[in-house]
Parts: sequence; C-alpha cells; structure tokens
Amino acid sequence: MDDQPRLSLDGVQPSSGRGLGGSALQRRGQTYWSRSRKEALAAWLFILPDFIGLLIFVAVPMVLSLSLGFFSVNGFGGYKFIGLANYSRMFHDPLFLESIEVTIIYVVVLVPGLYVTGLGLALLVQQKIPFIGLWRSLFFMPYVVSLVVIALIWKVLLIEKVGFLNQMLALVGLQGQAWLGDPKFALGAVLAVTIWFLMGYYMIIFLSGLQEIPREYYEAARIDGANAWTMFINITLPLLRPTSFFVILVSTVAAVSGSSSFDLIYVMTNGGPANSTSLAVFYIYEQAFKFNDYGYAAAMASTVVVILLAITVVLFALTRGGRFHLA
Amino acid sequence: MDRVKAPVFRVSRWMLFFSTATLAIITASPLVWMISASLKEPGEIFNSSLLPQHPTLDNFRYVFTQLPFLRYILNTFFVAGTITVIALLFHSMAGYAFARLRFPGRESIFLIIFSTFLVSLQVIIVPLFILVQKMGLVNTYAGLIIPVTFNAFGIFLLRQFYLGIPADLQEAAIIDGASYWGIYWNIMLPLSRPILSALAVFFFLVNWNAFIWPLTITSNQDLWMVQIAIASFQGQYSAAWNYIMAASVVVAIPTLVLFFLFQRQLVESIKTTGIK
Repeated sequence: MDDQPRLSLDGVQPSSGRGLGGSALQRRGQTYWSRSRKEALAAWLFILPDFIGLLIFVAVPMVLSLSLGFFSVNGFGGYKFIGLANYSRMFHDPLFLESIEVTIIYVVVLVPGLYVTGLGLALLVQQKIPFIGLWRSLFFMPYVVSLVVIALIWKVLLIEKVGFLNQMLALVGLQGQAWLGDPKFALGAVLAVTIWFLMGYYMIIFLSGLQEIPREYYEAARIDGANAWTMFINITLPLLRPTSFFVILVSTVAAVSGSSSFDLIYVMTNGGPANSTSLAVFYIYEQAFKFNDYGYAAAMASTVVVILLAITVVLFALTRGGRFHLA
Repeated sequence: MDRVKAPVFRVSRWMLFFSTATLAIITASPLVWMISASLKEPGEIFNSSLLPQHPTLDNFRYVFTQLPFLRYILNTFFVAGTITVIALLFHSMAGYAFARLRFPGRESIFLIIFSTFLVSLQVIIVPLFILVQKMGLVNTYAGLIIPVTFNAFGIFLLRQFYLGIPADLQEAAIIDGASYWGIYWNIMLPLSRPILSALAVFFFLVNWNAFIWPLTITSNQDLWMVQIAIASFQGQYSAAWNYIMAASVVVAIPTLVLFFLFQRQLVESIKTTGIK
C-alpha cells in the first residue's frame, strides 16, 4: 500500500507537466462527451466547500493584508488611506528592526538545531534496541502536549534560584541563572524548549525517510569495507535529500511565521525581558491586538509574507525542487 | 559473519541501549515532573524530590470547584470535535475529486490550493480577524470553528491516499450505474477509514491544543477553550504553581491518552506528511 500512491502519482502526473492528462481528456472528449462534463461538474461540487473556505479564510486575508498596510485603522473601524506611511514607519521603528534581528537569530539556530536533533534521534531509534517502541514514544511525547502547557512547565522549571534546573546545576557546582529573566539567556531558553518540543516530530519524519533507503546499499558498502561514518556520508545523507528538503522547508516556514513558538513566547516570556524574545510575528500581534494598530501590523505582516515567499523560492531554486514530487 | 563480530557488538549494543534509554527518560521527565508537581502541597513544589512527600488531590479539587473548568473542557471538546468532523468530510471530498475525477484545470487548482499551506495563521491573523469581525462572528462558536477548518494539508494527504486506490474500482462502479457521490460515500470513504482515523486524531489534537486563534476571537469567558483558560489562570495565580500544574495536567491528559491509544495512527499520519 505504501508503494502504490507514488507509483500512480507518477503515472497521473508525468514530469512533463499537464501534457498527458490534457491529451487523455481530449481523446476521451469525443467519445464520452457527456460523461466528462458530468465528471467535471461532480468534481467541482466535491471541491467547492473547501475551495470556498480556503478562498474566504486564507486567500482573501492574504490580499487584504497586502492592501490593509496602506491604511491607518483606528479603534472604531475607521480607515484612512495613508500611502506608504506604515512601511516607512516600519523601517524607522527600532522595536520592529530588533524583532527582525531576534527572528533571524531564532531561525538560524532553530532550523539546524531541529535538523541535527531530529536526524540524530532517528538514527538512534532506528537501531534494534530492547523496548525501542517505548523510547520512540518518550522522545515524541512532548509534541502532543500543547505549547501553553509546555510553557507553564518550563516557566516553573526555569525559575530563578529555586527552579528545578538551577537546583540540579547547584548539585554539580554550577551557578544557576535567571534563565527567563535575563535578556542574555531568554531567547536561548525559548530555543532550547522549542527544540525539545519539536525534535520528536522531526525524528518521525527522518525515521520514515531512513526506512525508505534500501538495506542492500549498506550491505554492499559493508562488504567493500566501509565504516559507519562513510556509509552515513555516502549513502544516508544523499538518499535522505528529499526528506531533508522537506524538513528544512517546513521548519524554516514554521520558524519565520512563528507557528512553532508563538504560544510558547506568549505564555513563557511575553516577548521579554527587554524584547529579547520578541519575534517579528509576536511584535506584529502586539501592535494589532494590544494597540489596535491594524494597518501598521498588516504592513509588517505583509513584509514577513514577502520574506517567507523569498525563502521558499530560494529553497526550491537551490535544491531544484528537492525532488519534491508534488505535481 | 555475525558470530565473529558478536562480543564487540554486544558491548556497543548495551551502550547504545543505555544512552538511548537515558536520553528518552530525560526527554520525558519534564512531563513527569508536571504530574508530580500537581500532586504536591503548595510548600513542596520547589522541593527537588521528584515524588511528592504527601500526595494530595487538593489542587485538582480547587481547579474544578473554584473555576468553571468543566465548561472550558466541554467547549474545547465541542469546538475541536466539530472542526475534526467537518474538516474530514470536506477534505476527503476534495481529495477524492483531485485524485480520481478528471476536470479541466485540475493540476493548477490543486497547486494553488496546496500553496496555501505555506500561509500560517500567525501571518494572516490581522486581516482574518477583521474579516471575521465584519461577519459578526467574534465571540461565537462559529467564529471559533469555521475560519480554522480549512487547510490544504488534509486535502493533500487524502488525495495521496485516493491516488493509491485502483481506478478500476471506480470504472466498475460507474458501469454498474453508481453516481460519483455514491462512489465517494459507499466505496472511497469506507476504504479510507485508516487514514481518516489517523487524521481525526491529528486534527483533534491540533485543535485541542490551539491557542492563538481562540485567544484572538473570544473575550467572553463562557466561550473560553482550555488553553486560554490555563494561560489566563496563570496570569491570575502567578505564584500558585501547584494549582497551575494541576490545571495543566487536566489539559494535557486527554492529549497524552489519545497519544498512547492511537500512537500508530498518529505516527502514520506524520509519516505521510514527509513527502518524498
């Protein structure tokens, strides 16, 4: 069953694009004219609910977000066209620029961090070890708990002086810190908790990628006298490329758009101390819903969208689609 | 070959076993700590011992009697459950059409729909909120449910699944005079029960854990979902960590139970997202 979807996916959509599907449709068109119309009508009716939903709740907000940035919106819903004022304000807003800086550090640490921990754990739990199912579950477990609960747990564990982590550090003679109260450490703490939370998810993704690699390759390499490291570099990594592409794309998009830690930051640090954990999306949210500055927030949000699009395009270009069999 | 290697292999295997087990236990320990803390007395919470000295259920009693916590739980069950059911119905319909029905523009429409998966809620939340506000859905169940029901990921996964079902099945049914709806309802849906149950667990979890949308769209406490409740509970009782941990356990337990019951399905649904 695992093999069938991909086989037929390739059959339905050859890499040459829509050629085959189109001509097949035309060929059928002459003999089955009424059936193909009936089929197309049925297809549209099947797709309609999701199509309308995505149109109203995703596409329209996207377009609105681009246009809303040109308006000043007051708390009573009055709109005033102000041209590029929101955009020029953005580039002179030290807090926004700082939040972009925080976002860059966050992405640059989080994406490789998740890649290494996810792949490392996958390699570990791929081995035949007693109770392997249990160990896999334990690595994955944090991921099913909500980020709000995660934030609350770590808020207590990281408390100054009496927190669990500092007590453990004291046991081995290390100096505890105000992990969440010190601008030097807060972003690091947020990043560590995020990696701990998400690594089990990426472990599963990498595990399924590893399982796709034919055993015979390793057997052959072993006969040729290859050691574990050369096998990893010459077999595992190249054959994992599609999985790696997927992991990097998804984790980057999640990191930039803040979906991997908005809740965490909201509850654990609220952007502080001294804005040190204020990601761009967090700052935007505050401007919109704390200060009701919708126009300004939309202008900043559309900037983030542009950055996201650019990253996606670059990732696709760099990897030539990463053999991303989508269509 | 294996017999020659055996002794060395055994030592490294034990080391592998112990390091994996230790890492796994450390990874899970904050969750164990939460459960332990929820059973501790107020004065004991920063005691470094992992087990409570005098286990008590007082914290849970407090959470359920002093707060309308049951109401928040029911709200969340209702909202997450409704989203799951509607989403599975709509996504399987669309997935079936994209996989098994021919119509002009199929590939380009699918690509457009799929590309919306790059758009996260955080990025469009301002215009989305304004839109939903204009529709009069602020502080309503509809406002909590409808805007977050539609996502391209579910459509994509179900389409992949239906592509794996032999096309002959549909041809045969059409020759027998079945309608497209009949094929979908009587053949495709029953066949896709495994993936639907996997997605159901996944969708329910995601929506049970949802925070930013409920936070934005509801100010009326009667409509609060559990995540909002514990976040604001912490704001009010900032030092009463024993109560906060008890409330957190109540919120986390359903997800952990779901995880242990449907682990296989959950892992399968995540695996299918790792597109190759």
